[in-house]
Amino acid sequence: MSLAEPAVLPVTTTAPHRLHVVRRFAVAFKASFPAYLLLLPSLIFLALFTYGAVGQVILDSLYQRATPRAPNRFVGVSNISAVLADPAFTGAVLNNLIYAVGTVVPSMALALLFALALSRTNAVTSMLRAALFLPVLIPMVAASALFLFIFLPNVGLLDYYIGRLLPVLPNWLGDSDIALAAIMVITVWKNAGYYMLFFLAGLQAVPEDVMEAAHLDGAGPYQRLRHIILPELRPTFLFVTVIAGLNAVTQVDHVFVMTKGGPSNATNLVLFYIYQQAVEHYDVGKASAATLLSLAVLMGLTALSFRSLANREGGP
Amino acid sequence: MKLFADAPLATRGEITPKLGFALVVLLALVWLIPFLWMVVAALRPPSDGINAMAVLLPSLSPTLDNIKDAWEIGDFPRYVLNTTIICGGILLVQFVTVTLAGFAFARLSFAGKSLIFYLFLMQLMLVPVLLIVPNLTLVAKLGLYDTLTGVMLPFFASAFGTFLMRQAFEAIPAELEDAALIDGAGMFQRIRHIYVPLSLPSFSAFAIVSVTSHWNDFIWPLMVINSPDKRPLTVGLSVFTATAEGSQAWGTIAAGTLMVIAPLLVTFLIFQRRFISSFVTSGIK
Repeated sequence: MSLAEPAVLPVTTTAPHRLHVVRRFAVAFKASFPAYLLLLPSLIFLALFTYGAVGQVILDSLYQRATPRAPNRFVGVSNISAVLADPAFTGAVLNNLIYAVGTVVPSMALALLFALALSRTNAVTSMLRAALFLPVLIPMVAASALFLFIFLPNVGLLDYYIGRLLPVLPNWLGDSDIALAAIMVITVWKNAGYYMLFFLAGLQAVPEDVMEAAHLDGAGPYQRLRHIILPELRPTFLFVTVIAGLNAVTQVDHVFVMTKGGPSNATNLVLFYIYQQAVEHYDVGKASAATLLSLAVLMGLTALSFRSLANREGGP
Repeated sequence: MKLFADAPLATRGEITPKLGFALVVLLALVWLIPFLWMVVAALRPPSDGINAMAVLLPSLSPTLDNIKDAWEIGDFPRYVLNTTIICGGILLVQFVTVTLAGFAFARLSFAGKSLIFYLFLMQLMLVPVLLIVPNLTLVAKLGLYDTLTGVMLPFFASAFGTFLMRQAFEAIPAELEDAALIDGAGMFQRIRHIYVPLSLPSFSAFAIVSVTSHWNDFIWPLMVINSPDKRPLTVGLSVFTATAEGSQAWGTIAAGTLMVIAPLLVTFLIFQRRFISSFVTSGIK
């Protein structure tokens, strides 16, 4: 029983309908007031930096300045059409799609493999889990510094040990056909251990009696995986796909540090494009239009899993 | 094989799980190679030359020269201080906002609860890094461009933290609160003396996730901070790396990277179990 339990509403009143509604509203508000007070600090920051920011993006995408000092004038959807017509943007979207598929699929497959192999807890599996989880903890910038050397032509780690097996040494980050794949390797290395944790947690939920029954029926490892474990892990797959998809758009610090979108835009991703428009070209209109388009895509991704996300957080 | 001693009897003869396990052992070793290289290269004397830089066997005459160089070239103590201030400041304010909001969701019923719940939930998806452009404009308007406060500001409310605290508070028996209520304790007193002390594990889980993620933030501070002496570790490391890369000083880069990640790695190795369980609850930071 708490103080803010809604008061019993006086329903037997014969007052005019409108007054009744106002009074009901006032009573409800009064009863809710302590909760609003507690939520206020959070709501202020949400209003400023989340919802206000989204509103600002929508507004900014409708305006344009001819030069950085010129007055802002209303241009409607022309920023959006300019962004969509910009080959650098469509290229970044395409790169980002390749990057998303090329990082989400392998890192989830590896994460599942890790979790299946390390699902039982003992000293050895704990150590292996820790080793696989280490990259999750370090800043992407630090990972980039290490991989700059790993991919360094001729004297770098990769060329020193593996490159000699190849007839021609590839320039991992300098070749526009390979650079995006090199960037993807870093992401997979960094994230697989993170997603492993969710699959480990998901595997705990596989009912033991079902597994035992499968053993008794003589189901082999593939059959158990295909018919019991994978169906049980469905929610985990959905959840990890959403996080991994989100990461594929937002976690691109290594592009900033290692390639700056190059060579010849081969590793330019959407967030880097937005950054370039805003910081290098001072084009807030175009940057906002690109942000708006990315937000729309991410909202679509969220809609796929909104229910399960809401349930995960305990429902309203 | 002793490792499989606790496997169900029926599966002990199977070969596939053992092959999978061997593969994962191999991959775990591959996963560690960048860290191994970092430590070996940081301790390798520069006189070994660039061609020996990739060798993964430690040098027979290890030196601390690279670490000394990195310490002197990059302003690392300053960067550590800035990052600590940013993470600490964010966490302190978050503790207040998520406790209050978490309590409201856990224990109070109020008009518009579903609507406000979904407003919080959507924030999990509207990640700040996507909203860098409008947030930078706002921070500049507030006169906080190029300040550490400006870096912290967008993170003061946390939907993840709110949901985590809500869950913790819901698990606390209502009878405890009723007793305090009879003793005449006000709402804030009850939060402070009953709910907070009983939810310390959740606070520490939230602290781990919050500090780790803001310790690693890069793009946002890169945009907000202009003065070299206000750079956090990540921005400092990227500038340091760009400079040292020009002179091919890979030993120094390895040493700088080592210094940046050492604090988190050491903390992780000490509190491994707690870290892992905190990250499982996080999902979205």
